[in-house]
Amino acid sequence: MTTAALDLSRRIPAKYVPVLVTGCLFVAMFVVGGIRYEGFASGQVILNVFVDNAFLLVVAVGMTFVILTGGIDLSVGSVVALSTMISASLMKGPGWPPYLVIPLVLVIGSVLGMVMGYIIHAFDIQPFIVTLAGMFLARGLCYTIGTDSIPIEDATFTAFAQTKVNLFAGMWVSPSVVIAAVVVLVAAYVLHYTRLGRAVYATGGSEQSALLMGLPVARTKITVYTVSGFCSALGGVLLSFYMLSGYGLHAVGMELDAIAAVVIGGTLLTGGSGFLLGTVLGVLVLGLIQTVISFEGTLSSWWTKIFIGLLLFVFILLQRLFSARRT
Amino acid sequence: MPPPAPILRMSGIGKQFPGVKALDGVDLRLLPGEVHALMGENGAGKSTLIKVLTGVHPIDAGTIELDGRAVAFTSPLEAQQAGISTVYQEVNLCTNLSVAENIFVGREPRRRGRIDWPRMRARAVELLARLDLRLDVSAPLSAYSLAVQQMVAIARAIDIDAKVLILDEPTSSLDAGEVEQLFQVMRNLKEEGIAILFVSHFLDQVYEISDRMTILRNGRLVGEYLTRELPQVELVAKMIGQELAALEKLHGEAKEFGSPLVEARGLGRAGAIEPFSLTIHEGEVVGLAGLLGSGRTEIARLLFGADHAGTGEVAVGGTPVSLRTPRAAMNHKIAFCSENRKSDGLIPDLTVRENIVLALQATRGWTRPVPREQQDELVGRYVAALKINPADPERLVRDLSGGNQQKVVLARWLILEPRLLILDEPTRGIDVGAKTEIQRLVTQLSDGGMAVLFISAELEEVLRLSHKVEVLRDRRLVAELPNDDDLTSDVLMETIASGGRAS
Repeated sequence: MTTAALDLSRRIPAKYVPVLVTGCLFVAMFVVGGIRYEGFASGQVILNVFVDNAFLLVVAVGMTFVILTGGIDLSVGSVVALSTMISASLMKGPGWPPYLVIPLVLVIGSVLGMVMGYIIHAFDIQPFIVTLAGMFLARGLCYTIGTDSIPIEDATFTAFAQTKVNLFAGMWVSPSVVIAAVVVLVAAYVLHYTRLGRAVYATGGSEQSALLMGLPVARTKITVYTVSGFCSALGGVLLSFYMLSGYGLHAVGMELDAIAAVVIGGTLLTGGSGFLLGTVLGVLVLGLIQTVISFEGTLSSWWTKIFIGLLLFVFILLQRLFSARRT
Repeated sequence: MPPPAPILRMSGIGKQFPGVKALDGVDLRLLPGEVHALMGENGAGKSTLIKVLTGVHPIDAGTIELDGRAVAFTSPLEAQQAGISTVYQEVNLCTNLSVAENIFVGREPRRRGRIDWPRMRARAVELLARLDLRLDVSAPLSAYSLAVQQMVAIARAIDIDAKVLILDEPTSSLDAGEVEQLFQVMRNLKEEGIAILFVSHFLDQVYEISDRMTILRNGRLVGEYLTRELPQVELVAKMIGQELAALEKLHGEAKEFGSPLVEARGLGRAGAIEPFSLTIHEGEVVGLAGLLGSGRTEIARLLFGADHAGTGEVAVGGTPVSLRTPRAAMNHKIAFCSENRKSDGLIPDLTVRENIVLALQATRGWTRPVPREQQDELVGRYVAALKINPADPERLVRDLSGGNQQKVVLARWLILEPRLLILDEPTRGIDVGAKTEIQRLVTQLSDGGMAVLFISAELEEVLRLSHKVEVLRDRRLVAELPNDDDLTSDVLMETIASGGRAS
């Protein structure tokens, strides 16, 4: 037994271990749920997790880029809310068509991210502070547009919200899930097969070294915040498909959910180590906790937060152990 | 065989930093297929020379020619692309990335826009084979030792079709076996015709590996020499800048002392100073001689508890004590005047009086302020005794000259009536008058029974004051010499150069 475990640990490089732990956790939760609750053990349950969390997945992808460089982006939740608000108000008031509104929202999110990235780089300020300011700014902008919820009645949006993309065996996902999947695949490609992606990892590993090795550290840092801004805006668009409304109180605290998903997915908060697959698994675990609690029926939904809190704590401890053992 | 044409020629290089002339008329030439050592004490301008060569700083005067063409790099990247690569003392790589990536990151081989991982690994293996290294190139760099990481840094440097390889103190964190491995790599590269500029504080290593050397002192060129034609003693003399013949023999004298005050046995700290034993008696002045960076300050810091000793023990007055903090050392009446009075000692915006009573007040604790009359009395006495000028205790310290500031620091520690006073470079950067006064004071204090550990870069000063001299080299205490008639700065320099083997 011991030798087998030893053998295994020798065959699996240390960098994959956190992702594997999250994967095992997900499988274990699914198996236990399947045994405990009737109707739990179906593919559609997992797909529903994706359907309900497509926007979070997209936001978490952007967050993964930022955290891999050793930064943090607290503005994502507010940018999501701002995006829903801008889309809803532009379609309701002046009646702009979605194919104008959506690109505009994406550009606004990217520019916000780029400005924050530039400030972080140019003035050498903690990302925490800059994105905290960005968070208040974006949330405040929501209320200058309107303090009430604005419903979205645009035909394209409602069609998007109600369409089911059929897979095999009667299972289905929403178009948002398809978009999220494309985002994940593109992001994984960028991280692993382009120089930008490797520069992200190098910057997170040691910014000073990356600079001396001649990597474009400044460009990389600004780019990751731009990516995060773009992903937040896209997450906002997906959330308005899901909610069919724009509201300044949407996505309150989503930045923390996104950070939690990334961390549970095994990405080190200090940067330089982690995988997008981990982030996907992190979002799945968070979603599955919600599902389990709704299947349980008797528990209040606040238990979700308690479990996420406990899980986060355990994973941060695990990170600490891993990094301690490595040095 | 005539020497081949130099691949790199720097001539008349000048570099001015605010307030300092860092480089003045320095020439350097590198021949292909040669290891060239750049020698000089700390602050002689070695780092600045490397930095202007690699484009970190622009030059103010002079020309740089690479392969016969004048060049002026504006960034290390540009210098790299022209074939000048640098490997720094601290390994500047990303340990979270794989070995292969560390070699190629930023210029990964690509196919149709995507990184070609298989080709990158294959090329990494090939490149490392040139250095006689066989590694798992897809393993993270953190899996390997510092020495291997250094080799990977070199592999990265030579991949860019390097003509000139600069190794800035590459051996300072390597053990003997690893150094040998590095030297083997350097010899291989030399045979391939690469010019290597090697910077090291370790004289033995310089003599083992280098063919030629350029010596700098105070930002000026001393000369270029063939290593085999320059004995170590002369090298040290040229680095320190004193002609042996011109050194006047000035003397304290060896004396027998009764009771040992501080005894260190096998005291050491990994990476700072190798274990040493040292006994300081009451009333004895012990001089520490050695080049900058040889471990002089490290000994002082260990004895004052500013650094934690890794091994060994200290006894004060015969009883073992633990000097874990400067406070503990102060309780045992050990005082330390650090070499950097500006940053470590004085508070420029307080008055002379306030600066002097600071340490006394600290030992009493803030709840028991020193009464003003006592302050005035003490300060008045020491201002007079040390001839602090102007003799006004209410003057701000920042208005005083360097020598007088140094006396204020001294007065602060003397008020505590220490039994052991550690003086680290107390006379650096102050004028001759103040210097002799401080020297006279040290003699007076030791006559009064105080033990003094005296650190100075000036050998004659060490000889004039000390009863015995401890010689340091390469972070090791290599010899203890009684200051008798046979001890001259010539002998001292010989000992520093030979590492105590001659004596």
